Amino acid sequence: MGNLLEHMGIERDRVHFSWISSAEATKFVDVVTEVSKTVRALGPNKKLVKDYN
Amino acid sequence: MDTCINKIREISLELLEKGEVDKVIGFANGTIPMATSPIAVTSKQDIEKLVFNSTCGLNLANYLKQSIKDQKSKIAVIAKGCDARNIVTHIVENQVQRDQLYIIGVPCNGMIDKAKIASLFDDDITSFSEDGDTLNITSSLKEEKLNKKDYLRENCQLCLHKNPVIYDTLAADLVEEQTLDNPFPDVEKIEAMDSDTKWQHFTDLTKNCIRCYACRNACPLCYCPTCFVDESGPQWVGKGQDETDVNTFHFLRAFHCAGRCTDCGACVEACPMDINVRDFTRKLNKDSFEMFGWEAGLDLSKRPPLDVYSPDDPNDFIK
Ligand code: SF4
Ligand code: SF4
Ligand code: SF4
Repeated sequence: MGNLLEHMGIERDRVHFSWISSAEATKFVDVVTEVSKTVRALGPNKKLVKDYN
Repeated sequence: MDTCINKIREISLELLEKGEVDKVIGFANGTIPMATSPIAVTSKQDIEKLVFNSTCGLNLANYLKQSIKDQKSKIAVIAKGCDARNIVTHIVENQVQRDQLYIIGVPCNGMIDKAKIASLFDDDITSFSEDGDTLNITSSLKEEKLNKKDYLRENCQLCLHKNPVIYDTLAADLVEEQTLDNPFPDVEKIEAMDSDTKWQHFTDLTKNCIRCYACRNACPLCYCPTCFVDESGPQWVGKGQDETDVNTFHFLRAFHCAGRCTDCGACVEACPMDINVRDFTRKLNKDSFEMFGWEAGLDLSKRPPLDVYSPDDPNDFIK
C-alpha cells in the first residue's frame, strides 16, 4: 500500500505502519515521535487532499 | 487467425450439439469496425457469429459467473493466455467451478491498440481486416496497411504468457513465449521520477476520467456485488470528478486487484477516454513479482500472496 502511494507521488515517509500492543507504551511513544518527526520534515501534504470550500 | 476461428466454431458446434455445454462464451463482431464484443452462443444457428481476431481485447473470464445458470450447468469459454489466467484466478477465488467450464484455449499473438490506430486517421474508420501480420484499415479519406507488431497494445508487447495456462482443448498450435530482460520498463520509468513528478503524472493520467466505471466493469477481478465506490453508508469516496476522489477510486481499485491482476488490458480496452489505468495496477504486479515471486493466475493450487500468510513475508515496512 505504501509502495503504491509512493508510486503515485505520496512521499513514503508520510505513511507508517506499526503493530503495538496496549502494553507497549514506550514503543507507542517512540513510533509516534518518529512519525511526527518524519512527517514534519516533509511539510504539509497537498496531494490527495479534498478541498470542500 | 482465420483457421483458428474455423476450429473454434467446429469445437463449439460439437459441444452444443452433443449437449455438453449450455452455451459458448466468445467474441462477435461489434457494431462499429475494428471492434468485437462478448457473445453467449446457445444455438447452432448463431455459431457463425463467433469471431476471433486481433480486436478481441476484452477478457471473457469476466462473463462466466453470470452465464452459469445453476450448479448442474456447464458452459464453454474461449480463452487467450490472459483470459485463462483470470479463469484460474476465478477458480481459486471460488467464483466458478472448474468442472462447470469447458475451456477452448487460443494461443495468442497479441491484441491491437485501437486508440493508436485510430489516431492515424482524421475521420472514422470504415473497415478493418487482417491478413496474417498485416492489418488493413480504411476510412473514407485513406487506406492504411499496417504491420500488426507495431500496433500491439502495451500489455501484449510485454506479455509473457500468451499460451493459455489451463484448457480442455486448443483451437490453434501453441505459440512461442517471449522472454524479456525487463518486464516492467513502464513501471521503472515512473519509479525514476521524483514525488512531485509522479503525482503530476497520475493527475494528468486521470484528468479526463468521467467515472463511468467501464474499466471496473470490464475487469474480471471486480466482481464485488457492491463496489466500494457505489456504497453510500458509509460513502468511502466522493462520486464526482474531484481530482482527489478520482485518484482515490483508481488507487483503491488497483489495490483490490493487487496480486490478482493478469495485465490483460481489458480495463484500458474498455475506457472511453483512453486512460491507461494499468499504470496503477502494473506497479502492484511488479511488487508482487519482486516481493513474492508471484504472477497471478498461473497455478490452481496457489492462493494470491495477499490472501495467505507466510513467516518469510517481507515485513520491513512495519516499525
Ligand atoms: S495480454 Fe497476452 S494473452 Fe492477453 S491478449 Fe495480450 S498477448 Fe494475448
Ligand atoms: S485490472 Fe485491468 S489488466 Fe488487471 S485483470 Fe483487471 S482488467 Fe485485466
Ligand atoms: S473507464 Fe476510463 S473514464 Fe471510465 S472510470 Fe475507468 S478510467 Fe475513468
